[in-house]
Amino acid sequence: MANSLKSHKASQSFWTNFVLIVICVLWMIPILGILITSFRPSDEIFRNGWWNVFPHKEDVEVSRVVIPESVDVDGPISYGGKTATFQEWQRGIQLDDGTKATWYGNKRTRTLIISENKWVGFATNLTLENYKDVLTGKTITYKNAQGQTITRTGNNLGGAFLNSLAVTIPGTIIPILIAAFAAFGFAWLDFPGRNVVFTIIVALLVVPLQIALVPILQDYVKLELNGTFLGIWLAHTGFGLPLATYLLFNYISTIPRELLESAYIDGASNFTIFTNLILPLSVPALASFAIFQFLWLWNDYLVALVFLGEKNQTVTIAVAQLVGEKGQDWHLMTAAAFISMILPLVVFLSLQRYFVRGLMAGSVKG
Amino acid sequence: MNISQTKSPGANNPITKILSWFGTAIGQLFVSVLVPAVTFLVLWQGYLFLQRAAAPQIVQVLVAIVWGVGGVALLYVVTNWLVMKLPKKISKTLQPFVFVGPAVVIMGWFLAVPVVRSLVASFRNYLGTEWVGLENYKFAFTDPRMLETFRNNLLWMVFGTFFSVAFGLLIATLADRSKAEVLYKSIIFTPYALSFVGAGVIWKFIYTYKGTGIGIREIGLLNAVVTALGGTPQPWLNLTPWNNFFLIVIMIWLQTGYAMVILSSAIKGVPAELLEAARIDGANEFKIFFSIIVPYIKGTLLTVTTTIVIFSLKTFDIVRVMTGGNNGTNVIANEFYLQSFTYNNAGRASAIAIVLLLLVTPVIINNVRSFNQQRRGF
Repeated sequence: MANSLKSHKASQSFWTNFVLIVICVLWMIPILGILITSFRPSDEIFRNGWWNVFPHKEDVEVSRVVIPESVDVDGPISYGGKTATFQEWQRGIQLDDGTKATWYGNKRTRTLIISENKWVGFATNLTLENYKDVLTGKTITYKNAQGQTITRTGNNLGGAFLNSLAVTIPGTIIPILIAAFAAFGFAWLDFPGRNVVFTIIVALLVVPLQIALVPILQDYVKLELNGTFLGIWLAHTGFGLPLATYLLFNYISTIPRELLESAYIDGASNFTIFTNLILPLSVPALASFAIFQFLWLWNDYLVALVFLGEKNQTVTIAVAQLVGEKGQDWHLMTAAAFISMILPLVVFLSLQRYFVRGLMAGSVKG
Repeated sequence: MNISQTKSPGANNPITKILSWFGTAIGQLFVSVLVPAVTFLVLWQGYLFLQRAAAPQIVQVLVAIVWGVGGVALLYVVTNWLVMKLPKKISKTLQPFVFVGPAVVIMGWFLAVPVVRSLVASFRNYLGTEWVGLENYKFAFTDPRMLETFRNNLLWMVFGTFFSVAFGLLIATLADRSKAEVLYKSIIFTPYALSFVGAGVIWKFIYTYKGTGIGIREIGLLNAVVTALGGTPQPWLNLTPWNNFFLIVIMIWLQTGYAMVILSSAIKGVPAELLEAARIDGANEFKIFFSIIVPYIKGTLLTVTTTIVIFSLKTFDIVRVMTGGNNGTNVIANEFYLQSFTYNNAGRASAIAIVLLLLVTPVIINNVRSFNQQRRGF
């Protein structure tokens, strides 16, 4: 009885893990695919799928045979004891000695490729060339219609990476700073309109930012902020502030009242209380939101597309552009995609605990 | 307050004289003007430096970071310093606004006022020069283009949300019973950290199609699997209307991790005694799942579903990168983008934005209501 219960439990645990492993493998395969592809030489990527880097059985060319001119290629062709039409040879014919003969190219080549089906081990020709190409961007020089020489750099994902840093770092810190000040104000200072204004902030939490793009772009054109770092910081600050203020307010308003009151009695001003007491105490909440905002900004495409565009382009823009212009250059696209993912993956995997905490606190974002 | 009246022994020393002058009312006023002026000048120079863009990129990026972050901190310090200089009564009334003012102004400029401005623009023509009444809304609700986007967004909303939440719940429940829980959960959660653009490349590669012909070996995973099973390769992203589902798969891949993480912590909140009691009563695991766990985490389930529904309504990047909205895959947010930045039709774009806003309004009302309930004595 007890034994059967135990084996029942064991089989349950087996199936639980089995299902989970299957799902996890399915979830990882897409990332694995581009990771492996990004290290393969470009001609190989086009020849066969990325899974061929693993040991597998494959037709390997052993020799080539030229069919003599005397044979009429429009009629039946004989080789190695088999007679078949050109179309049949083109599809490949199994010879008696175990090899396979396949016609190479069109009729005029008169060439048969003899291949043998055998095991191929792990691919050893992996390369960093794709990363080098996409990061630096080779310089292309050409003459335009007026005869002027124009030099254009390639994808320059390295530059885009720097731009992304210039967008995300201040774009993360600035809203947090502003939101922390505001959250303290809403939680601990008294002023007219406090309730109404904070209710509006709660309402703004899920307002789709599409609503703001057209009017703000009009303002930016007038203020010449379009395409500038300042412009995009302000935009990300504006769009991130409701959530940041809301999260930090929830956190800061739970700080014990006595702690603040004793500080006031000691004669501290609001400002010193904020910088010396509130900020250090709020570090966990600040960190949670920082990771949230950082990932959101790094991965953002829409806001960067509208307010930065071609100027100071970020990695997401650069990768998307690559997809648009060189949609079949998988060696470049996979490397570029992976470069765009490295930083968020590192941040995410190393700070997951903080991130999850932030996610729990506010799972609604506009 | 006036320090200069107290004669100090070193008053004849020129340096002390200058310093004591700063203590006078005029001196104070001078300082109060000088400090903000210098602050402004420094920030302005930084702005010009970045605008000229003459330095190497790495230098510029570093300056931009220091200037942006430092500038904001400096503005707070200087403003607070100025307000503290005022008589105590005034400074006490003004100080809260130093704290909340910047946030309120920015949120007003970037979110609250644009709601009104978009609303106004939605009743005006494509240039915003003339009133056109409900013309733009007629487009937004009846044009075949828009009807297509509504259909597709509905597909995203129903299938994307359902499968994200269902998989999330399944994995969270199963992982809760496994020793390798953290590992499984990390793997499923990882795609959530990726950009939609990056995910777009990943899945475009899976769906890629080489065409049919002799000797062609598919390099896209899906077509390779189909070929291996004896099928014919397909250009998946061109197959209307099924291509929508191939795009929705990407959303599920990205969002399941999110649903799983939130639901997992809710499941851990189910009291162990409750589960134990049910097991002793002989309930099987399915029964426990549906009649104890699911009812217990109903609130969290609702929140997660709402968040993912909102996400699916605003889906943009995936469609933009994968198909550009062609071949019957257009969605509301992409049509908004096309109208505002490709066709330059501000009127129609604004109407679409308002439609998006209307779609999330129930959530806004609910958020405000539950917030007010939570803090009645706020």
